[in-house]
Amino acid sequence: MALSEQEILNGLGEIVEEIAGVEPSEVTLEKSFVDDLDIDSLSMVEIAVAAQDKFGVEIPDDELKNLKTVKDVVNYVQSKGVSA
Amino acid sequence: MTSFQLRTGAPGARILAFGHYQPSNVVTNDDIAKTVDTNDEWIQSRVGIKQRRIAGPEESVVDMAVQAGGKALASSGLSPEDIDLVIVATCTQEAQIPNASASVAHRLGITAPGAYDVNAACAGFCYALSNAADAVRAGSARNVLVVGSEKLSQWVDWTDRSTCIIFADGAGAAVVSGSDDAAIGPVVWGSAGDMADRIYIKDRNGFLYQEGQAVFRWTTTSLAPIAKEACERAGIAPSELAAFIPHQANLRIVEAIARKLKAENAVVADDIVNAGNTSAASIPLALSRMIERGDVPSGAPALLIGFGAGMTYAAQVVRIP
Repeated sequence: MALSEQEILNGLGEIVEEIAGVEPSEVTLEKSFVDDLDIDSLSMVEIAVAAQDKFGVEIPDDELKNLKTVKDVVNYVQSKGVSA
Repeated sequence: MTSFQLRTGAPGARILAFGHYQPSNVVTNDDIAKTVDTNDEWIQSRVGIKQRRIAGPEESVVDMAVQAGGKALASSGLSPEDIDLVIVATCTQEAQIPNASASVAHRLGITAPGAYDVNAACAGFCYALSNAADAVRAGSARNVLVVGSEKLSQWVDWTDRSTCIIFADGAGAAVVSGSDDAAIGPVVWGSAGDMADRIYIKDRNGFLYQEGQAVFRWTTTSLAPIAKEACERAGIAPSELAAFIPHQANLRIVEAIARKLKAENAVVADDIVNAGNTSAASIPLALSRMIERGDVPSGAPALLIGFGAGMTYAAQVVRIP
């Protein structure tokens, strides 16, 4: 069974908290990583690597640069995702 | 057929002493912000550098190597005539020919040693150190001078804010000798040539280019297992390390590898803050300065890991001289 949007969002919140020290409650779908959560390009790489470990979905650098908002990442993981 | 005569060396190898040299010219982030669109806060948050040293126009890779090598030799207690192999790790000489090591040896009064340069980019010092340890154990040399010396400033595009904030100049050196105990652990080394285009200089008129994100991803995912393997091969646990000296590429890379290594009792080198990224020089430079400050006790185990263009990497555990 594929992960739900909420499950991915919760997992992403944990990752963002660990890597960038952002409160998980701040990590909501409409937020932009760079503009709203103050996360830079190197932290985005760390988040992508952690997301791969957690969700089993690889996010290559070429794709990563297109993922601007939390919703972008959630949708990407969901579209490529396999069952947890 | 009869076998040729075998030559045998020492049972183990150890480092007798370190030495280092940095150019006198300090370049701060504010200095760089005068010529390219960047600022101190941005540079510190992305790469962790506050200032770096940049060599003068007349100061060469060989000049810096001579300074660092001379200091290491002096504190080793050996004389120039005791050295029979000189290895210089560098990838930023002014020209390809001649090599640096023969000139360095000559200027230090080391007469007719074996002399060659190693280009494994930022991993160069760890490769050269492994070569040196193997040479004394095989009996190819009694004592070896190993130097990492780089003048990255002459290969950097000073209008490219993604690279000119990172790279710097300097040199570090070690004297390696035979010993009864193994005080230089087995090397773990390797390469990833499929990523050769991630860091390169196109041609003799080119500048150093790197794909920062790709390099960051590779370093923060691939290197901690290599570091752990070097500990395993030496027979010690990461928690027993007194110091961890990764190549000073970017403070965030240093911290990411250290976090995954879990060397909770180790002093982690952060020399990049004041020295910048000096490629093959960064490890001996950082360690020499740590020893000078008294941060690490003599005899304590320290893990070195170099990594860079190629991609190349090498790691080993050494005892602090």
